[in-house]
Amino acid sequence: MNDMTITRAEREAKLEGMGCKRKRVEDIRFTQGKGNYVDDVKLPGMLHGDFVRSPHPHARIKSIDKEKALKVPGVLAVLTAEDLKGVNLAWMPTLAGDVQMVLADGKVLFQNQEVAFVVATDRYAADDGINAVEVEYEALPVLVDPFHAMDADAPVLREDLEGKTEGAHGPRKHHNHIFEWTVGDRDLTDAAFRKAEVTIKEMISYHRTHPSPLETCQCLCSFDKVKGELTIYGTFQAPHVIRTVVALIAKIPEHKIHVIAPDIGGGFGNKVGAYPGYICAAVASIVTGRPVKWVEDRIENLCATSFARDYHMTTEIAATKEGKVTGLRVHVLADHGAFDACADPSKWPAGFFNIVTGSYDFPTAHLAVDGVYTNKAPGGVAYRCSFRVTEAAYCIERAMDILAQKLGMDPAELRLKNFIRQEQFPYHSALGWEYDSGDYHTAMKKMMDTVDYAGLRREQAEKRAAFRRGETREIMGLGISFFTEIVGAGPSKNCDILGIAMFDSCEIRLHPTGAGIARMGTKSQGQGHETTWAQIIATEIGIPADDIMVEEGNTDTAPYGLGTYGSRSTPVAGAAIAMAARKVKAKAQMIAAYRLEVHEDDLEWDIDGFRVKGLPEKFLGMKDICWIAYNAPPPGMEPGLEAVSYYDPPNMTYPFGAYLCVMDIDVDTGVYKVRRFYALDDCGTRINPMIIEGQVHGGLTEAFAIAMGQEIRYDENGNVVTGSFMDFFLPTAVETPHWETDFTVTPSPHHPIGAKGVGESPNVGGVPAFSNAVNDAFSFLGSTHIQMPHDFWRNWQAAKALGAV
Amino acid sequence: MIPGPFQFHRPQSVADAVKLLSTLGDEARPLAGGHSLVPMMKLRLATPEHLIDLHGIGSLKGIRREGDTLVIGAMTTQHELVASPEIAALVPIVKETSLQIADPQVRYRGTLGGNVANGDPGNDMPGLMMALGARYRLEGPDGARDVDAVDFYQGAYFTALEPGELLTEIAIPVPPSGHGYAYEKLKRKIGDYATAAAAVVLTLSAGKVATCRIGLTNLSETPLLAEDAAACVIGTTLDEATLAKAADLARAVMQPAADGRGPAEYRTHVGGIMVMRALKRAAAKAV
Repeated sequence: MNDMTITRAEREAKLEGMGCKRKRVEDIRFTQGKGNYVDDVKLPGMLHGDFVRSPHPHARIKSIDKEKALKVPGVLAVLTAEDLKGVNLAWMPTLAGDVQMVLADGKVLFQNQEVAFVVATDRYAADDGINAVEVEYEALPVLVDPFHAMDADAPVLREDLEGKTEGAHGPRKHHNHIFEWTVGDRDLTDAAFRKAEVTIKEMISYHRTHPSPLETCQCLCSFDKVKGELTIYGTFQAPHVIRTVVALIAKIPEHKIHVIAPDIGGGFGNKVGAYPGYICAAVASIVTGRPVKWVEDRIENLCATSFARDYHMTTEIAATKEGKVTGLRVHVLADHGAFDACADPSKWPAGFFNIVTGSYDFPTAHLAVDGVYTNKAPGGVAYRCSFRVTEAAYCIERAMDILAQKLGMDPAELRLKNFIRQEQFPYHSALGWEYDSGDYHTAMKKMMDTVDYAGLRREQAEKRAAFRRGETREIMGLGISFFTEIVGAGPSKNCDILGIAMFDSCEIRLHPTGAGIARMGTKSQGQGHETTWAQIIATEIGIPADDIMVEEGNTDTAPYGLGTYGSRSTPVAGAAIAMAARKVKAKAQMIAAYRLEVHEDDLEWDIDGFRVKGLPEKFLGMKDICWIAYNAPPPGMEPGLEAVSYYDPPNMTYPFGAYLCVMDIDVDTGVYKVRRFYALDDCGTRINPMIIEGQVHGGLTEAFAIAMGQEIRYDENGNVVTGSFMDFFLPTAVETPHWETDFTVTPSPHHPIGAKGVGESPNVGGVPAFSNAVNDAFSFLGSTHIQMPHDFWRNWQAAKALGAV
Repeated sequence: MIPGPFQFHRPQSVADAVKLLSTLGDEARPLAGGHSLVPMMKLRLATPEHLIDLHGIGSLKGIRREGDTLVIGAMTTQHELVASPEIAALVPIVKETSLQIADPQVRYRGTLGGNVANGDPGNDMPGLMMALGARYRLEGPDGARDVDAVDFYQGAYFTALEPGELLTEIAIPVPPSGHGYAYEKLKRKIGDYATAAAAVVLTLSAGKVATCRIGLTNLSETPLLAEDAAACVIGTTLDEATLAKAADLARAVMQPAADGRGPAEYRTHVGGIMVMRALKRAAAKAV
């Protein structure tokens, strides 16, 4: 019996369940430097591998001479594509249905491509060995501009695909064409445009950038020849998928592959796919019989492992004179680089870009995406977003501002006029999604009231007048973004990776003394799962979060799951956790009923145990139930208290938010200042408000970086010119604006706890807010659209082009 | 990101360092704070066979006043410049500029001597030293000589340093009390080199500019002294027309490279803006 002197509020607080601003338990080790990352793992006899990389963006390899390298003290092996052919691993499948060279086979297709893998006793010797490998190249014409990829005379990049008119996603129109993906009703959309009173058309580019996690991609492979087992420690956002892929391509039985993702220092999509380093380290370990570690440096990370975005979106909206949208037409030219290594669910070559109708009630829409090859690094990962949702949100949010400008209407008013209304949910979009829930008008109005939107517009009008009078050189912009995300991949009916359905899982095992362990198929890279997962369990089964150990990342012990990316953890694994907890609770209820000598239906749940309805003194707490479950279960019942749940979600979840950015720009230098940034997020049920705020702060900071300068840029010869943090913009605390966060709560109707996922919303919604602010600032000078990124010199160029300088 | 093999030396005196440098020749490089050299070595863009670490030489540290001159040892760190009461009292622009170099971690290690001797046009101190009329003491196998900062820089990473020579001291003439000063630096973010920067040291007399020197950072292959721009403000009250003229005269000597900070046209334009802002702020501080 519990102590009745403890109040209900105290019992509730002790759980630190959902809604509690529980401090992150993992931070105890991270803030003391006691995390355990891949590079911290050291095995006896461990070797180090490193890559010879191509200085050329496109070249034929005439010869590779390893002799001098093999004479460097400490160098044990140099692998090339020829060596990998012996084990059929010179090429590997990508998640997007393409194939990718592991090591350059005959030619190189992008600068910094992996050409040879040097294995040595330490990193110094490996690097000395790299410098001693002699590669002779014959330069080939370089294709950098995706808009020229399908020119008749464009160089042939992928000779392996010569003559193949069918790709993984249908017909190929050109030797550099990967796929065309279309969604929506073309005829109906064309008709809407024919009838439209007002139309806009703009080519809106979302430049190439990179997730650049603090910890780069790395692995440590150890092959045990005696047991025939391969152990891989790696920076994997999806450890189980890696295990299955290795089993499929290396032909090692899956039970003899052990994949362990220890602590991960940020992923942001960069650590979803498989990279040549993983394959080479594994092969090198098999060849040498010793563990082989591969650790990418920063330049390699930025230049060779997966980039993000590079979408060029020609966007058209049809509308009435009053500003009611009647149609949307988008054509995307997608630059995928040398190989299509997008990390999307397999059937979705452009991810969920068909969320591009956004938060608006478009009666019809049509979308076509053309993917092309260029001499750039492969990738196309979801950098802190659900697959291509950031591109879609940027596209529609920018386009709505352009439409507002054409109509002479305030962009907030235009949005309010076209929002999907609360009573329309669940809402079926013109491009095929079923939005689960939303209350857009409430969120938008809360944002406008909080920031005094009307007052800001008045201030802007005054500043514009002062600028015209020559009294100030500063212009002011207001950037609105009202985004709808689609997260939680996903329902097996439409989501799989290489045929693996995108469910997720949880296993909960309670110990006799009322503590327990929970394992999931997800893998935190900084999201704080060890904290929040325990909070869900605490609320569901009344065991304090502190008494639940959360463990992820070891494929031998964790239940199979598809990992963490695309804000899928809470929508999918979060649901599995609740369902597993409910199975535990159901058994606990049977035990309580037996002990309290009543029927199960006569019990009611009360924070941390069961109480007999109408007899408040008859109570059995979960801690006691745990002991009974093991040591005195009811007759006929198996001992123990544990459960596993695999959750295949019925639908995605659709978080949304209303953001506003207030920016001032000095036209003489192009220097901007974010004066205010307000972010209202609705992610449904909030599990840990502090972690949500942290996620929003981090995502906004990345959005700020991307919109205002972060890019992977190539010169016209195909050289990467942003290959280090000197030129790749990663803001520090000094550059980062102050963030104001707010929320509304519209639970997901189909999720067991009503949660939707939030990690990526701020990146998805943030980028258009910043870009719209810049564009809004310049609009009164006559501009319609200025491409990102909006760094100082580009702002100055815009001002100059508009006659302001 | 792994350097090649090298021999490490830590001499205890300038004489020993000079001896090592002159006997080991081109394959030896002196190591001060290492913030330029070590990253180059990690990229194997620099592959010295010998590193002569100067941290063992006590005489290369410290700030002392000799009459109207402030003498600063080459191995004095930027943090020590920021913390020095003499610097703050006598040449506060050195403190102001030091605070714009990278971040505190870098400034604990980065030295004034390394910053001025490396010949990197992106470094902040060389342009400032030109504006202050500083002289560098170079010690070599044949003894010591002094070279004015304005004569020291010959091209990107090319300086008046002869083989075997070491820059040991920086001598700054103390500007008159009541002088005005400003270092205006436009950069993309903390830790970045200047997109454009201007150092101004001036004096006023009866509200008009009496003397003025303007140094420019990262706007050419070398730091620059904008002499015509400085001359045109003498005798003026720095009215808007004069400021604009000074900016244009300064722009005339700039030849920045196009890089991630922007095209040459932009960097030249903002270089002029930095000159105008530095002049205005310096004048406001002068008495």
